[in-house]
Amino acid sequence: MVRKTHVATTINGEPVEFLCEARQSLLEVLRETLGLTGSKEGCNNGNCGACTVLLDGQPVDSCLVLAVEVEGAQITTIEGLSKDSRLHPIQQCFLEDAALQCGICTPGFIMSAKALLDRDPNPSEHAIRFQLAGNLCRCTGYDKIIRAVQDSAKRMAGQNK
Amino acid sequence: MKAFEYASPRTEREVLELLSADRGHTEILAGGTDLIGLMKKMIVKPDRVVSLNRVDSLKTIDANSTAVHVGAMVTLEDLADNPICEFYPAIRQAIGEMASQQLRAQGTVGGELCQRPRCWFFRDKRGLLAERGRAVEEGDNRFHAIFGNRGLAKFSAPSRLAPALIALDARVRILGPNPGDETLMPLEVFYRTPKSEREREHTLEPNQFVSQVILPHPEGRVSASYEVRHGMGPEYPLVAAAASVLVTGGIVREARIALGQVAPTPWISREAIDAIVGLPINYETAEAAGQAAVSVASPLSHNEYKVQLAKVAVKRALLKAAGLETGGLS
Repeated sequence: MVRKTHVATTINGEPVEFLCEARQSLLEVLRETLGLTGSKEGCNNGNCGACTVLLDGQPVDSCLVLAVEVEGAQITTIEGLSKDSRLHPIQQCFLEDAALQCGICTPGFIMSAKALLDRDPNPSEHAIRFQLAGNLCRCTGYDKIIRAVQDSAKRMAGQNK
Repeated sequence: MKAFEYASPRTEREVLELLSADRGHTEILAGGTDLIGLMKKMIVKPDRVVSLNRVDSLKTIDANSTAVHVGAMVTLEDLADNPICEFYPAIRQAIGEMASQQLRAQGTVGGELCQRPRCWFFRDKRGLLAERGRAVEEGDNRFHAIFGNRGLAKFSAPSRLAPALIALDARVRILGPNPGDETLMPLEVFYRTPKSEREREHTLEPNQFVSQVILPHPEGRVSASYEVRHGMGPEYPLVAAAASVLVTGGIVREARIALGQVAPTPWISREAIDAIVGLPINYETAEAAGQAAVSVASPLSHNEYKVQLAKVAVKRALLKAAGLETGGLS
């Protein structure tokens, strides 16, 4: 009988409790225990960023976080971005700018872009390319993704006026 | 991943009580960006993982009149953002080259210094020494060591922070199992080239851990880091160098120059230091220091190109420290 640990955390603003094995990653628990399948498994070793979530506001590769470590933490996943059935401006801009093809990398890119824009609301193109280097896309090339992040920055600045 | 017992101590003392004296039994978890991957691949198979994540005393940066104490669990992002880095440009530049926001936000100072080699033979479970060095000698060694590689170990030290910290004369605070068991050690002494599979890339015993990095005040020294990379992506650099110099009256009075990714430990270049001390820093003297650095290189069958890169890295780190144009990208 494998011993499981009880973990209480907050995911997308809601209190959540789960049981997990020490060896399970946060990504595994999000997807397989909690049914939050928006975060994707790509490389499973911290190269591709498809599993990016915000942990206490910081972007992390959830495949490299042990689920037992998130006791008491605040987690935001891609599922937590839309509000009242309205897409977050970054999600909307990715759609409008066609910044995706197969879509596997998209949740990670959007969470990474959110972390970047939370920190730097008006990043240069160089800053966007540099800060999103921990997210890999194998379909579109990166230009449309960069454009979507630039458009997101403009739209979010407009909303905050 | 093999099943293991997870421990989440709150104090440094509790951490020490949970660490085993037997190698391989316990592993210390910091940011997890290296260890979790090694555990998934079953390269590392601990019975117990001791997380430092809840030890608040390891997360502080404190400055006093002589030194800055950086806790081992300070994240790379938080260190680079801290105002103290104004005085240690080599640190901010080294972290600033790490392109993944995720790895900067997750990765910690202590974890960055203790990460395992990127050597693909090691990552392919062929041992830290890669079959007593034979796999490296006979195989694809393009990323392996060009200095200090005549023994069995031929991997290159992976830390991107260590060259900067060694150039800045940093020490590490190491805690051990007995009360008062505390060692302050120059970072360059912390690393050592393993001679057998029973040894690690550093001198830490399995029941010890690094709790702090201690930076002396720069006292007028200027510093810089320079990485030579394939592109601006998230990959590790091919070669890196860091320099810290004390210049008065236009002449270098003291210098510390360390390279990364070139030897089984971060590599202090005595030759480059001797070549630059007593001279002004300019394009010619910096180039001569780079040339001196590589005069003792011993490249393997597929990595002679790294000799040229090491020369350039030393030259550019010195020029950058002096505030001169490097001729490179940064």
